[in-house]
Amino acid sequence: MSCSKNIAYIGKDCVACGVCTKHCPRAALTIRKGMYATVDYDTCVGCGKCSTVCPAGVIEMVAKEVKVV
Amino acid sequence: MKKHWYDYLWIFSSIYLILGLFNILFAWLGLICFLVPLMISVVKGSKAYCNRFCGRGQLFELLGGKLGLSRKKTPPKFLRSKWFRYGFLTFFMTMFLLMLYNTYLVFAGASLREAVTLLWMFKLPWQWTNTAFVSPWVAQFAFGFYSVMLTSTVLGLVTMIAFKPRSWCVYCPMGTMTQGICTLKNREEAKTWKKGHKKSPSC
Repeated sequence: MSCSKNIAYIGKDCVACGVCTKHCPRAALTIRKGMYATVDYDTCVGCGKCSTVCPAGVIEMVAKEVKVV
Repeated sequence: MKKHWYDYLWIFSSIYLILGLFNILFAWLGLICFLVPLMISVVKGSKAYCNRFCGRGQLFELLGGKLGLSRKKTPPKFLRSKWFRYGFLTFFMTMFLLMLYNTYLVFAGASLREAVTLLWMFKLPWQWTNTAFVSPWVAQFAFGFYSVMLTSTVLGLVTMIAFKPRSWCVYCPMGTMTQGICTLKNREEAKTWKKGHKKSPSC
């Protein structure tokens, strides 16, 4: 069975400021080697907090297909 | 969330700006904000300074976020564009080099100009500071450096109010430089990430 859930999607113009990592309630975001933010899709609950605080406006919430066993 | 010692660095950023009002020579301490991020990015290949230790960013977050002084709107597209980021970095560094050249002129014998220049245009007279006990070039550098720090703080505050609290981070020259250094250090990974960037993430 599959369903979709919202997850954070980081655009390629991320400035790696780290604001999203501070606000994520699940600590699902990390800054990868000072270059961009990455999302742990298993941890992300799609609350959208990161998208709200991102000053560069590069985080979108997108639907992701997940398999439910 | 557990607070760390570095979550209070905004206090040092505030004290720094206030100390400069009383004695311009404290401006030299601002070099920490220039050299530490560069050192971290060169040695460790990370933006830990921006992510954890930037007192100015914390101050904007506090004023704009907790105290509600920000409109919390996404900055306009031009402000977030690569052109603006790199253009601002180029402009900022040109002005910084000009400031170093002025310091050199004073070192070479020109007279000290006791003024802080705000937004690269407005000269604020700053004659109340006693700089007689240091070489004139030391004082000239302090005036120039405090001008840089005050100007960037004012720009940061304006964009904090108009847009999101840490909008300054989007075009901060130090952030642009350190991200550039990190990208150069991890070229292959950066290329792979850009190439593999697609609209629907699969995981």
